[in-house]
Amino acid sequence: MSVPTEVRVTDTTLRDGSHAVAHRFTEAQVRDTVRALDAANVPLIEVTHGDGLAGSSFNYGFSAVPDLRLIEAAVEETSTARIAALLLPGVGTSEDLRAAVDLGIGVARIATHCTEADVSIQHFGLARELGLETVGFLMLSHQLEPQQLAGQARIMADAGCQCVYVVDSAGALLPADAASRVLALREELGDDAQVGIHAHNNLAMGVANSLAAVEAGARQVDGACRSLGAGAGNAPTEVVAAVFERSGIETGLDLHGLLAVAEDVVRPMLTREPVMDRSSIVMGYAGVYSSFLLHAERAADRYGVPAHEILMEVGRRGYVGGQEDMIIDIAVRLSAELEGSDTDAAVS
Amino acid sequence: MSMSRATAAVVGSGNIGTDLLAKLLRSETLSPRYMVGVDPESGGLASAREAGLEVSADGVDWLLGRDEPPDVVFEATSAKAHAANAPRYEAAGIPAVDLTPAAIGPYLVPAVNAGAHAGAPNINLVTCGGQATVPIVAAVTRVTPVPYAEIVASIASRSAGPGTRANIDEFTRTTARGLEVVGGAHRGKAIIVLNPAEPPVLMRDTIFCAIDPDADREAIGASIERMVADVAAYVPGYRLVAPPQFDDARPEWDDRARVTVLLEVEGNGDHLPPYAGNLDIMTAAAVRAGEALVTAPEVVR
Repeated sequence: MSVPTEVRVTDTTLRDGSHAVAHRFTEAQVRDTVRALDAANVPLIEVTHGDGLAGSSFNYGFSAVPDLRLIEAAVEETSTARIAALLLPGVGTSEDLRAAVDLGIGVARIATHCTEADVSIQHFGLARELGLETVGFLMLSHQLEPQQLAGQARIMADAGCQCVYVVDSAGALLPADAASRVLALREELGDDAQVGIHAHNNLAMGVANSLAAVEAGARQVDGACRSLGAGAGNAPTEVVAAVFERSGIETGLDLHGLLAVAEDVVRPMLTREPVMDRSSIVMGYAGVYSSFLLHAERAADRYGVPAHEILMEVGRRGYVGGQEDMIIDIAVRLSAELEGSDTDAAVS
Repeated sequence: MSMSRATAAVVGSGNIGTDLLAKLLRSETLSPRYMVGVDPESGGLASAREAGLEVSADGVDWLLGRDEPPDVVFEATSAKAHAANAPRYEAAGIPAVDLTPAAIGPYLVPAVNAGAHAGAPNINLVTCGGQATVPIVAAVTRVTPVPYAEIVASIASRSAGPGTRANIDEFTRTTARGLEVVGGAHRGKAIIVLNPAEPPVLMRDTIFCAIDPDADREAIGASIERMVADVAAYVPGYRLVAPPQFDDARPEWDDRARVTVLLEVEGNGDHLPPYAGNLDIMTAAAVRAGEALVTAPEVVR
């Protein structure tokens, strides 16, 4: 008999899900969700603007309620769970992290593009100095081969990161891709840091990738209730709980409690459910950062060009997370091209 | 003597100092005379010597010991080195143009406030993102109040040196302050993104300004185009990629409208590659700033 694998699940409904509600979470929604997740034994709950602390902006969308207010409310509602906050260096700063720590977060999750881990060094140092547990996010992990990704993970671990996540921001990885990246990170990091997986559903691989990652040695896994997250959403926490239980993976989660959170707490607050529609599938296929979805849809409305064409062009140009402004650039150009071709048609 | 060119020293013989020197050699106001580095074998010092400069790897002591000290010094080292050197330049009466993030002196963005700090012992160039975006915010604020300005600067990963990477918070903080202090926005926010795409991408800057729904859009657009031309006079690769985009007021924008300006900055390719527009705009701005310092009436000699 082998010892059952133990995995820690982090619920990011209130962070990645922020993208899916255009960053309009109310304080009451956050309180209700945190209370229910805490009751379902979720050990770690991430609460932040989708683009991390200080993400509230023209570029990413303004929060209905400031991050710090939501974090404070979340901390008040927990009994055993801890609250995590996300920080993207270049968007948020050390001051933002300190402010979140003052409000009682226990874990800092620090995210960089998968090739740029060294911009997180000062923030990991600070987080550890402040007594936080640390998690590192290598975003758009599909863009690097496993060995190179492992090299970036090493930079984070050396800076004080205790668990490096393979973050499939585009939902572009297939199970074998997720497993090979986790394996490479495990080999590189050894006992220096754990490995985690953050999976999206754009190609319907969220739960499959999470399972493959755990089989390859990942020990932390992200989920979002009812898939509430960017693009076609995240691996659903409640499905991860069910599948892991059936696979003999120990999570400590209360499956029936989570099913209730997803059905009775999160579902009623949704204005739209993340789905695998044309735009989301294009994002997975073309390797586009999932949170570009709503921005592309808005630009599509504003400029009269198809959202999936904007997203395909984003993939072609190789934009990384944070470059939402370039969606406007692409929409303006596509719109000009459309007008140009209309003019040609009129002439001929 | 007012017809002869003022002399300049470049402290820091790395890529930035070398690119700066190439631009100084074309200046009609400044004559680069000294370059100081730390490594006697550096390529930067060798090319400066070839260009006819007096060079040394003995640091600022050597420079300040010259019989004829320079009229202006450009610091292209690090924030830490500049913090140590700045009081010494000031004591020697040599105005300094600071290309580091030390931010000891007031911010200077040539197209906006070139003459504002004449006689100042030390001026700072904000950041590359600040040099690219502050002029646009100023172009809007000279037409209509801007309660909030936000910029996104994206640069090629290869053009972000170890200093930028280790201190990325400095960039966001300093740029945001520049949008307020020089740009005139009531509140500023800056975001920086590093993009590793190959071939390396040109520097891109997007500026969002919150404006009154009834603001004069035609006047704002014209002001922005004038400002772009003013910056392009010293940064030839600075250009709009689309006309300014106006969006109507939205509730989540505090019922304000928005103007969005999409820019790209291609470098001049002097010493640094053309994709590094972010570095080119700093060295180009530095030359302009130095020229303004020495031609100000107080210091004409």
